[in-house]
Amino acid sequence: MIAKSIRENLQGMWSLLVGMKVTGKNFVQPNITVHYPRQTVASLEGYRGHVELVPHDKDPTKSKCIACSNCVRICPNSCITMKAVKPKKKAEDKEAAGDQSEGKKKAPAKKAKPELQSFILDYNYCSLCGQCAELCPTGALRFSSNVYLAGFTRQEFVIDLLARLQRQAQTKGAPNG
Amino acid sequence: MNLDLRLDTSGDFYAQKFQPTKREDTLILNMGPQHPSTHGVLRIILEIDGEYIVRAQPVLGYIHRMHEKMAEVMSYPQYLPNPARTDYLHALAWGWAHVGAVERLMGLEVPERAEFIRVITCELNRINSHLLWWGAYLLDLGAFTPIMYAFDDREIIMDIMQRVTGSRLTYCYYRFGGVSGDIDDRFVSETREQCARMKERFKMYKALVTENFILRKRVEEIGEISVDTCRRYGATGPVLRGSGQEYDVRRAEPYSVYDRFDFNIPAYNDCDAMGRYLVRMDEMQESIKIIEQALDALPEGDFIHPKAPKRAKPPAGDVYFAVEGARGKIGMHLVSDGGKSAYRLKLRAPGFSNLSLFGEVSQGTLISDAVSILGSLDLVIPEIDR
Repeated sequence: MIAKSIRENLQGMWSLLVGMKVTGKNFVQPNITVHYPRQTVASLEGYRGHVELVPHDKDPTKSKCIACSNCVRICPNSCITMKAVKPKKKAEDKEAAGDQSEGKKKAPAKKAKPELQSFILDYNYCSLCGQCAELCPTGALRFSSNVYLAGFTRQEFVIDLLARLQRQAQTKGAPNG
Repeated sequence: MNLDLRLDTSGDFYAQKFQPTKREDTLILNMGPQHPSTHGVLRIILEIDGEYIVRAQPVLGYIHRMHEKMAEVMSYPQYLPNPARTDYLHALAWGWAHVGAVERLMGLEVPERAEFIRVITCELNRINSHLLWWGAYLLDLGAFTPIMYAFDDREIIMDIMQRVTGSRLTYCYYRFGGVSGDIDDRFVSETREQCARMKERFKMYKALVTENFILRKRVEEIGEISVDTCRRYGATGPVLRGSGQEYDVRRAEPYSVYDRFDFNIPAYNDCDAMGRYLVRMDEMQESIKIIEQALDALPEGDFIHPKAPKRAKPPAGDVYFAVEGARGKIGMHLVSDGGKSAYRLKLRAPGFSNLSLFGEVSQGTLISDAVSILGSLDLVIPEIDR
């Protein structure tokens, strides 16, 4: 009985020594974690933020989107709401309203392709599966890369991606985040 | 008619159902649903006699999200992100079970390269899952440091996976007929590096934890589950292998390209928590063996079948597809009526069966040992509740 307890004590001490050796070894190793607000991690490649619209090659304020609604239909959580009008109809609406900018009336000169009015993403429900971006025939969707996206209300994550694209084109020219 | 309208304040429905007992010196205790050792929202009602458990009954359903019903409502591709949300620790295996079932029903062929990519990523995910279990289990037993080392390794694997899959935990990577993106040379070299690193780390893990005297006191000869009990409850995975039965879906009914790799199925006859612990530790090393073999033999080719349908629509029929997850046999029974969404999809969660035997095994044990047993079952509650 006594012999057993002595043996157990020795085994315990040995475990402690081995543990302290591992701890000591790691204690002198360089830091693995980062002090977040002051430092950030570099390994963000492949990170998927919410989807964003890819700007058109010629006009950075316009999107490549042709409003085919494939993404709307495939989305598992119905995050995407798209509003598009055919240019003809839009011209009629404009005439009926009798205001708005005159310059945009040139649009109907092109073929009767539907023009994107708004592309609203409800990021609250997005599960980032990426099927919208994969299915897009024109490659008009891609993932943004803002890791530090945060907000106080749900409404902040209901994003009009077209307005966001135009805002980015105006402020910087090159989309960022 | 006699209606008893007095308010019964002696607990909720489950507690009242559990209540009737012949003994009067025992106490009813709720463990969970917000208890750190239950890893989620598992609730266990215990009848205790002092420190000893007389009866135990798990109460489920706190995180039931109707994943099976969702499969009947959503189209097949829309359901792709769902399986990852059931067992978030081994998300890829669940995704595999889903795409595998649909592929089998459609007779869709998966390119060889895609199969290899699936094997590599799924095994990496398995290591990740076991590492988290390892850290969390030791945390339950009172050891704080190991989870830090485990997360150090996990982080590297997650970075590797993030580059190809785009996610860190709830992967939605597998598609019908392949995977969503190809792997590149950097992925291959980083994975090789990590495999080499892990081999060294396992030595440290063994010295620091497996041979530790305190751990052995907490796990050896505790929670002995006989093979017979495992069979009665349908327990699979490390719980079954920890009881000496060498059953692994990868070997028993090989899917994908698993029959081409040389790996062992670790099994221990101790039947106790230590047996299950050792099985998982060995399994991580076997996973590394599989990954290295797969990387060596990685063929060129498509990562997704060129004619893979964007909107899968399997013919009418039913099919069962099982994969080996980190917690056991993940099965999906898909019944299709030829429509856009499944007529019925049954998810077999290994954790559910593994948890079911807890009530029987925990009888007569100390509460602190019950925590050890519960941890050794490696429960992920969202998977159990589905």
